[in-house]
Amino acid sequence: MSDIPEDLLYTEQHEWIRAEGETGVIGITDYAAEQLGDVTFVELPAPGNELNAGEAFGEIESVKAVSDMYAPADGTVTEVNERLADEPGLVNQSPYCDGWICKVSLAETSQLGELLSPESYAKLLEEAGD
Amino acid sequence: MRTPLSDNHVELGARMVDFAGWEMPVQYAGILGEHRHTRTRVSLFDTCHMSEFIIRGPGALSALRAALACRVDGLQVGRCRYGFLLNADGGIVDDLICYRVEPEEYMIVANAGRREADAAALGQRTGTKAEFADASDEMAKIDLQGPNALTALLAVAGPAARGLPYYGFTRIEVAGVDALVSRTGYTGELGYELYVAPEDVVGLWERLLELPDVKPAGLGARDTLRLEMGYSLYGHELDESTTPLEAGLQWALPAHADYVGAEALARRSEEGIQKRLVGVQFQGRRAARQDAPLLADDDDEEVGKVTSGCFAPSVGAAVALGYAAPGFAQPGRKLAARVRGTRLPGTVVELPFYREGTARKKVNNEEGQ
Repeated sequence: MSDIPEDLLYTEQHEWIRAEGETGVIGITDYAAEQLGDVTFVELPAPGNELNAGEAFGEIESVKAVSDMYAPADGTVTEVNERLADEPGLVNQSPYCDGWICKVSLAETSQLGELLSPESYAKLLEEAGD
Repeated sequence: MRTPLSDNHVELGARMVDFAGWEMPVQYAGILGEHRHTRTRVSLFDTCHMSEFIIRGPGALSALRAALACRVDGLQVGRCRYGFLLNADGGIVDDLICYRVEPEEYMIVANAGRREADAAALGQRTGTKAEFADASDEMAKIDLQGPNALTALLAVAGPAARGLPYYGFTRIEVAGVDALVSRTGYTGELGYELYVAPEDVVGLWERLLELPDVKPAGLGARDTLRLEMGYSLYGHELDESTTPLEAGLQWALPAHADYVGAEALARRSEEGIQKRLVGVQFQGRRAARQDAPLLADDDDEEVGKVTSGCFAPSVGAAVALGYAAPGFAQPGRKLAARVRGTRLPGTVVELPFYREGTARKKVNNEEGQ
């Protein structure tokens, strides 16, 4: 059973976002990391990049697979997790903490209401057969 | 299709995938961990899906001499060699290992996905001169690979297992069952391929996994391990339109010209080949995968294509095998790969990518070949 923290919001493409005021921290879920397998490369966005909700903002790669990462909300990248350049495996080891992908300055915090609650995301995984 | 070990894999928590029509484990705990365990300790692989063919009788050698592009002349009992089944154009129907099991009996081990094509060509080419049989269903196979493979083997087999040279094999009892044990593999590490009857393989697999050093490894690690060694994989580097000359495997060809495909190879060699296998090492970790274009250093001219690529765990960077125009294939040459609009800079390097492999290591004062 996948780990789904209570304090996060989720996308149908298995990203999470933690809202801290006007800032959002973005990563991929435990389920997504498990499905990918050992992550070998994360294409980090550049600080200053504009993210648009629902659009791909980078790629994450494992030995066998490549997957797009989708922005949970509109915003501007303020910081990226530089540790992932040399230690992409952090995404597997700690998807909700050390394996975060980037921080964004949110354009409209009200947009977060459209994301999945932990309960809804758990239900999505259940329906996907996990 | 399932191997006799399918239930074991599921029980071990493997992620199962389809490979050439076989339900096979791609990974157990994780590809990177399995890769590293094979490079440093010893891993066990299920390779029951592979094909085995037997050619037997007084005419076996002369039949194989004509049927295969493989140096069977002078091959002694207890030794095996890498080679090919070619079509009349010199293209590779399959790559294989040919074992001389008895003075008048040979075993050919080849790729699972090519079983029908191999059986058809081999049967047609050898059937009139010797007895030919597809023994794939009567033979199971597991690979024990890693620097500690001999220690693991000796824990379940007698000392006769000790002195095998690289590409040598013997028939001994392993964990109480009859086995053909060959010092070969597809990982670049010291290792053994164990051929046993299908009814014996589950017990042998379980016995070997009881050893503290031995862990199961899946097809995912098998692929990254072989790629780091620059070993070709049928369907990626090798196919019916590619010859051993282009694949850089001419060392495996016989000196004589009496085999199917020899004439075409001589002609193609004279005309000059249009592509050559290259190993490209990239600066970063991002992988260029099959079909990614290879570009010349200075412009966007496509000079080749990637056939296999991944992050190479023991190299610490992404690597790829591919084909490039001969003018762009020299080691040291800068080549880039284009991956979804991004240019990945790299350099053509001599193979293997990983140079610390123990496959040919001397064991018990025996010189590897």
